[in-house]
Amino acid sequence: MYRYDEFDHTLVAERIATFRRQVQRRLSGDLTEDQFKPLRLMNGLYLQLHAYMLRVNIPYGCLSARQLRKLAGIARRYDRGFGHFTTRQNIQYNWIRLDETPDVLAALADVEMNAMQSSGNCVRNITADQFAGRARDEVEDPRPWCELIRQWSILHPEFSYLPRKFKIAVSGATVDRAAVKFHDVGLYLRRDADGVVGFEVIVGGGQGRLPYVGHTIREWLAKEDLLSYLEAILRIYNLGGRRDNPQKARIKVQVNALGPDEFRRLVDEEWEQIRQSPLLAVPRAEIERIAAYFADPLWATLPDEPAAIAHQRRVEPGFDDWYRANVVDHRTPGYAIVNLSLKSPGIAPGDLTADQMDKVADLAERFSLGELRVSHRQNLVFPDVRQRDLHGLWRELGQLSLATPNIGQLTDIIACPGLDFCALANARAIPVAQDIGRHFSDSAVLQDIGELTINISGCMNACGHHHVGHIGILGVEKNGQEFYQLTLGGSSGEDASLGDRLGRSISAAEVPPAIEAIVERYRSLRLAGERFLDTYRRVGIEPFKEAVYGTRPERPRAVA
Amino acid sequence: MDATGQMVLANRLADGRVVFLAADGSWVEDLAGGAMAADADAGERLLVAARLAESSNTVVEPYLIAVRQVAGGRQPVAWREAIRAAGPTVRTDLPGGSHVPLR
Repeated sequence: MYRYDEFDHTLVAERIATFRRQVQRRLSGDLTEDQFKPLRLMNGLYLQLHAYMLRVNIPYGCLSARQLRKLAGIARRYDRGFGHFTTRQNIQYNWIRLDETPDVLAALADVEMNAMQSSGNCVRNITADQFAGRARDEVEDPRPWCELIRQWSILHPEFSYLPRKFKIAVSGATVDRAAVKFHDVGLYLRRDADGVVGFEVIVGGGQGRLPYVGHTIREWLAKEDLLSYLEAILRIYNLGGRRDNPQKARIKVQVNALGPDEFRRLVDEEWEQIRQSPLLAVPRAEIERIAAYFADPLWATLPDEPAAIAHQRRVEPGFDDWYRANVVDHRTPGYAIVNLSLKSPGIAPGDLTADQMDKVADLAERFSLGELRVSHRQNLVFPDVRQRDLHGLWRELGQLSLATPNIGQLTDIIACPGLDFCALANARAIPVAQDIGRHFSDSAVLQDIGELTINISGCMNACGHHHVGHIGILGVEKNGQEFYQLTLGGSSGEDASLGDRLGRSISAAEVPPAIEAIVERYRSLRLAGERFLDTYRRVGIEPFKEAVYGTRPERPRAVA
Repeated sequence: MDATGQMVLANRLADGRVVFLAADGSWVEDLAGGAMAADADAGERLLVAARLAESSNTVVEPYLIAVRQVAGGRQPVAWREAIRAAGPTVRTDLPGGSHVPLR
């Protein structure tokens, strides 16, 4: 993992000292709320429905056991004993006091963490494939590049007051697990025809009120040009983004108004001016210095153990279910990647209590070389588990309710905090996820349904990624009541697509039966080997519309 | 028909907690302890007092909410304000969660 150097330590310490003074000035009345709000947001502090919320960066989803223990301590000392992992691989605390926030930031700095730029109109936490450096389908580890972009973008003087927030994701794998095409800038590490690794650059993707799949504006970019090219993109956006209208201020609106070809032309024109700048060229030595932090750990030389695992799977069906759903091939013999499901039935998706955090940190040290990852689907990952330890780990995780065998299945639901916590929300998201989880509790049925993602957002801002769920659920408010709009056919993967609206919105109680009607229609229509998304793309929306609403689209039939 | 009135709700500056303006000018966490204005003029007077508290840095973003007097106490009319008044409807297993019954 990356370790802070003296510059990082100084930067973070100075930032905390500054914020401590700002908080004191706010509490004493020297700063008004209007003056203070942008300052607290730059430090990740929001004011939500019930309290302040602090969003802490987990850079590209990488976390050490030591850091997780500190997060547990903060949850206990400064919050109410739990934290919430988000779709940007961050953690949020829901009950932070303003007057204690500088102390929380100081505690985070003890373990080289911070909340800088986790909010505000600036470059946010860089996200990445949660299996980075371990996946078998990877061209190259994206983490050194994420770290480089993090260092370039933190307190970048030119890009600290962008028209709107700016999100960057990087993946080095062929399967997109990081929703790369739905970012302001998405980067795939790719080989060119000669086998040289560079970046495919995608711009203008995003969700929210105006969802777009990003456009590739450069098929291949040399690694040493990464920062100058990003700088050119940010400049064109910074100059031309719609500052007059916050709802149209994201780069996606600019890219789609100009058209990707014109946007590319502007970027290239700017790039030509700056690409030779010594400030922006990435020295090979610096990349090697950063990459050294992400060098492979000292994996033991171990054989793959298919026979032993096969035996355990035969004798313990619960282990077999978990292995099939939650364990992923590792690129090194004898090791496996393990997903920890934060989606056990009845639990708020992405929530972890302080006690669970401490125990997970212990398990990470015992079973995964002290490291773990956060996925954008709000689960945790142990990246380096010995295959011979899988059965023991499964038992330990079961004790913590973190071994639900549902990764990528219908109950592995993304949900934003929704109206239970968020000041922007129109409707609750967590209880809907809980209801669906309780409705579909039969693991045999879930396995038969197979790969199917449900994503729930409590408002159009789409923090719960509803546009790209195979089934998306959007909370809306009508006459003071909560209703839910379903979409079908979204995908955040390399086959990116936006979901299609199914029909009129339905009540919370009608959601689980409607999902069941959709799923049953899929099971009756699917061909051999077809996932839900495949069937949907083949047959279109009408059969599902009929399944939910019957022949009277104004009234859900499934719940009559 | 249930009686309705208006109350002022805000976040307390230092800790962000939801508070209601009381008749004596203090801010209380309990909905039942807040001042309830019976008409628009009285509501406006409450809001003026709340804005003074805002300018003296006691609270943030005060505003009027409609509250209904029902059997067993007061109930904010809007669902959002009901959740603000009572706490999240989830994590009721943890300190701070308080259950708002589904309507």
